[in-house]
Amino acid sequence: MTEPSPGTAGIQGAHKVASARAGLQVSEDHHLCPGCGHPVAWRILLEVIEELSLAQRAIGVVGHGCYTNIVRMADIDFLQCLHGRAPAVATGVKRVQPQAAVFTLQGDGDMASEGLAEVLHAAARAEKITAIMLNNGVFGDTGGQMTAASVVGQRTKTSLEGRAPEVHGYPVPVAELVAAMPGAVYVARGAVNTAGGVAQTKRYLKRAFETQISGEGFSLVEVLTMCPTGWFVPTAAGPGYLAEQMQPTYPTGPLKDSLRPI
Amino acid sequence: MTPMVVSRGTVTIDVERCKGCELCIPACPPAVLHMSTEVNHTGYRYPLLSPGCTGCRACHAVCPDYVFEVYKYDRPRAIELSSPPVAATEVAP
Amino acid sequence: MTAALLQGSRAIADSAIAAGCRFFAGYPMLPFTDLLEAMSAKMPDVGGTCINADSEIEAVNMALGAGAAGARAATGSCGQGIALMQEAIAEAALNEVPLVVFNMARGQQDYWQATRGGGWGDYRTLTLAPKDVAEAVTHTQLLFHLADTYRAPVCLYGDYLVAHTHMSVDVGPLDFGPLPDKSWALDGTAGGTGHARQIWTWAMGRDDAPGPGPDVHWRRLAEKFAAMGDVEARHESFRCEDAEWVIVSFGTAGPFIDYVVEELRAEGVRVGSFRPITLWPFPETPLYEAAGRARGVLVYEVNAGQMVDDVRLAVRGQVPVRFIGGVSIDSSGMRQGDLLTVAAIRSRVMGAIAAGPEANR
Repeated sequence: MTEPSPGTAGIQGAHKVASARAGLQVSEDHHLCPGCGHPVAWRILLEVIEELSLAQRAIGVVGHGCYTNIVRMADIDFLQCLHGRAPAVATGVKRVQPQAAVFTLQGDGDMASEGLAEVLHAAARAEKITAIMLNNGVFGDTGGQMTAASVVGQRTKTSLEGRAPEVHGYPVPVAELVAAMPGAVYVARGAVNTAGGVAQTKRYLKRAFETQISGEGFSLVEVLTMCPTGWFVPTAAGPGYLAEQMQPTYPTGPLKDSLRPI
Repeated sequence: MTPMVVSRGTVTIDVERCKGCELCIPACPPAVLHMSTEVNHTGYRYPLLSPGCTGCRACHAVCPDYVFEVYKYDRPRAIELSSPPVAATEVAP
Repeated sequence: MTAALLQGSRAIADSAIAAGCRFFAGYPMLPFTDLLEAMSAKMPDVGGTCINADSEIEAVNMALGAGAAGARAATGSCGQGIALMQEAIAEAALNEVPLVVFNMARGQQDYWQATRGGGWGDYRTLTLAPKDVAEAVTHTQLLFHLADTYRAPVCLYGDYLVAHTHMSVDVGPLDFGPLPDKSWALDGTAGGTGHARQIWTWAMGRDDAPGPGPDVHWRRLAEKFAAMGDVEARHESFRCEDAEWVIVSFGTAGPFIDYVVEELRAEGVRVGSFRPITLWPFPETPLYEAAGRARGVLVYEVNAGQMVDDVRLAVRGQVPVRFIGGVSIDSSGMRQGDLLTVAAIRSRVMGAIAAGPEANR
């Protein structure tokens, strides 16, 4: 572990406006790749939980992927579950603890590939949970294979020449599918490749949890994150790749907000 | 008279935590971050701060390694442009 | 205590609710479907939840989540659907979530599935195989107690006959002592206190509060299952004290074997019946002792020969073990066929006895 950030004692004549760690974070040592977008998504998720005063109500149901490391890093209740099944597991949790703020944290491999049935059915049942998909278009933890969310042309370990529709078919737009379910009351897609995107995505997460707490129904936030390792690009090229290769297939913005017209 | 730049804020940078991803560099609107030539204990270069920071928190927003803490000065400060870039800041008033 | 004439599925549902089960999820599949319907009708009355899930995989994972959040939770199916649930059953074993699984099987062909487990890792699934509805009622409540005591998945091996037979039973609550502590269950309240809870098969804990990690955790679990095996075996035997031939059977085949034993004893044939009640842990020691007093062991099960492996392990070669069962399904595909009749069983027992011990190897 590294030493706490220098200057935490404060700077004369200045006030702190951003802390390195989110309040619920207990560690920074996530061991993920340089330039990975997941830790950015973790931070805004934990900030939202804290800002909505949900720390003593939150239960995270975490799938399998690089992002599973959040379980080591945050001081909230966690249940690490089987690949793809988090929305079903979260259903059981929420039905037994209806006062809890229950969320899933899954990758695109977890939700779009293995667990597509689970998330669609949970949305259809209007379960009062918040599902979060970190979408980088690859199975990062297993070395960078194609998922159901990989975009056309994307090179992965199982589509080395680039995803070709005639061979590999087309990507699955999870946010659009979930938004079509009447039980889904809030669906949005954000991206963490720019400061503006990070701020916007944080607002989407906040709104999603608000709809759960007020008992409206199912909410989903899809978060596009960078995976320069899985994308075979230099670390610093991650944000540009996300904007140019991922966002055309996955436009960001709110898709559905049952309480406010979009 | 030496050129002066107004800084409205500053950051502290945990250079040992940095993994050299450089995402903060293009994210900084006043472009006051640039990478060092030295490396930290893990072998990564890390960002250095020049005068002109606005305390906007963009670097903090995009950093995957929780490197930055961001401060806003109670009053903006004029700093000599030729001041050497720093990693951790306690800037003389 | 009031007895009522109840269909087995309904009796099991009532018994589970009497035990405090407040979450049930399942996917329709005969002969399990009636249990799902009974739960669907009764759970709202007690403020519980029954979800008709959209797959067996969903159902078992929902029940796992409910159990992790502290409820007495259950799911079920028949063998084909239980096959889909294997990963989650192993998960519950390895992250120590109590879970009761009802296999209302289409016969006796799921013995291996129940005892060998199709999941991953070093785990065992304690399995009770009732002989009739009355035993199923008792076993149901016992299973919730054992699941909580050991923080593990446990299984009721029922079948078509248990599910659909009507029997006069009392489904009042049974007392197994104080409820085990469930402070490990997730409710969110420990968040931000430095003591938030985790349920994780890898047991890695947090960077500020490291867990044992998979190596230590899974070793402790293996020891837990071994300890379970040492104390939780159950069986029933009839006329084995002086039996020359011990006939081993499980589940609903048991009463048929007992009937044949009684008939043959009246004719002077020294047979006895031995019925494991727990398929795992298998009651090895009492079977070894019963076999030691006999000339041979006959194994009757309605499948191609599954429990016979465990019988051979238990008998340890003292006397010959002969399989006298077989595959038998009725025309609906849902239940045992013609082999599960007194006449067929008598014929096979007498044939084995006439052939003598040496022919029974």
